[in-house]
Amino acid sequence: MKFVDEFRDPAAARALVKSITDLAGSDEFKFMEVCGGHTHTIYRHGIEHLLPEAVELVHGPGCPVCVIPMGRVDDAMWLAEQPGVIFTTFGDMMRVPGSKGNLIEAKARGADVRFVYSPLDALKVALDNPDRHVVFFAVGFETTAPSTAVTLVRARALGVENFSVFCNHVTIVPPIKAILESPDLRLSGFLGPGHVSTVVGLRPYRFVPEVYGKPMVVAGFEPLDILASVHMLLQQIRDGRCEVENQYTRVVRPEGNTQALKLMAETFELRPHFEWRGLGFISQSALKVHPDYAEFDAERKFDMPGVRVADPKACQCGEVLKGVIKPWECKVFGTACTPETPIGTCMVSPEGACAAYYNFGRLHRETAQLLGQRG
Amino acid sequence: MCLGIPGQVVEIVDAEQSLAKVDVNGVRRNISVRLLADDNLQVGDWVLVHVGFAMAKIDEHEAAVTLDQVQKMGENYQQEIDAFIDSEIA
Repeated sequence: MKFVDEFRDPAAARALVKSITDLAGSDEFKFMEVCGGHTHTIYRHGIEHLLPEAVELVHGPGCPVCVIPMGRVDDAMWLAEQPGVIFTTFGDMMRVPGSKGNLIEAKARGADVRFVYSPLDALKVALDNPDRHVVFFAVGFETTAPSTAVTLVRARALGVENFSVFCNHVTIVPPIKAILESPDLRLSGFLGPGHVSTVVGLRPYRFVPEVYGKPMVVAGFEPLDILASVHMLLQQIRDGRCEVENQYTRVVRPEGNTQALKLMAETFELRPHFEWRGLGFISQSALKVHPDYAEFDAERKFDMPGVRVADPKACQCGEVLKGVIKPWECKVFGTACTPETPIGTCMVSPEGACAAYYNFGRLHRETAQLLGQRG
Repeated sequence: MCLGIPGQVVEIVDAEQSLAKVDVNGVRRNISVRLLADDNLQVGDWVLVHVGFAMAKIDEHEAAVTLDQVQKMGENYQQEIDAFIDSEIA
């Protein structure tokens, strides 16, 4: 496990933190980590405590479970309750609240809801149940969308007629743009998402430095990756540079995964607009099944209610997702809203900022002390 | 949700259908390697597995680091592994 130690080395962490502190000097910096996986690492390892106070990390909208609006969950439940339907979903989505409860409750009422590990498992359910119609609840950013794309291609190759996809895939660039346009927040730069970037590569982020003048560093998921990426952002700023850099070079290629991008282009098209929980409607921010694959599109097959439902009033997920407030600043955090009984989506997924803070926040100091942090 | 778990390719099951068997921490299951069609995947290679798909070829170094990282996620890792075990990709 020598390799692991390299990424956990307290001396390396200390050296990075010192260098970050020197680079930051007396100025204040606010960096957004876009990806929920990063949020998880940051809270898990108490990285906020390692950084000098002048360097603040704010959490972004990159948790696909967190950004699904209530109306889409209601549609999912409606689909699950149609006669003859087997509704398949990732486990993460089972507890996401719609306006009339969640999918676990729909299952308890008799709907055939099954959780699957992979969209290909959902396709297998369809092959095994030729007299039923199997719907797959597709969610996720560009990390997950290619797997749905391959599944659509495979469904066609196998001539499956009892399978469709309720497509809720979203794309990473439009929400970043929405956040950059938001007057609420003054960011100094971004930690770019790791696994989304294995698919999309670095090019889609160029507008961040070129149009908005903010640096971006695509980051890995180890604690030292996060620290190294913060360091790279500060170094850019101090050098007077502003560009997209790749810290996660051991996994992310600059061009991304061209096979995945090609398959996505074949099987999906952009929606004119899509609602994001807490962020509202964002144009061209989500994918729908391409007309060439219309026979596998649940939205074309079923006459879904498609009713827009406002977010619960007490819930401040929108502000959390935009990084305007920290999870614990929400009025219902840890009281009415907990991972067991979530009101907002950020409390549902382990990558949601609220759940990550709820689960690990209290361990911050202990971990930070182990790594030999400041005072 | 965007969790990627390292697995080692132990068998190319069906090259035409892009199916390979990977070993994730002792558990062997079929996954799709369609997204790595350009990578000339061989038995012994390490890949990052996400929802039943190899999404990137990684080296052994990265695999060890990532495996350690996801195992430290405790319950979330266990859920991912349990789901992987239940996976029945044909």
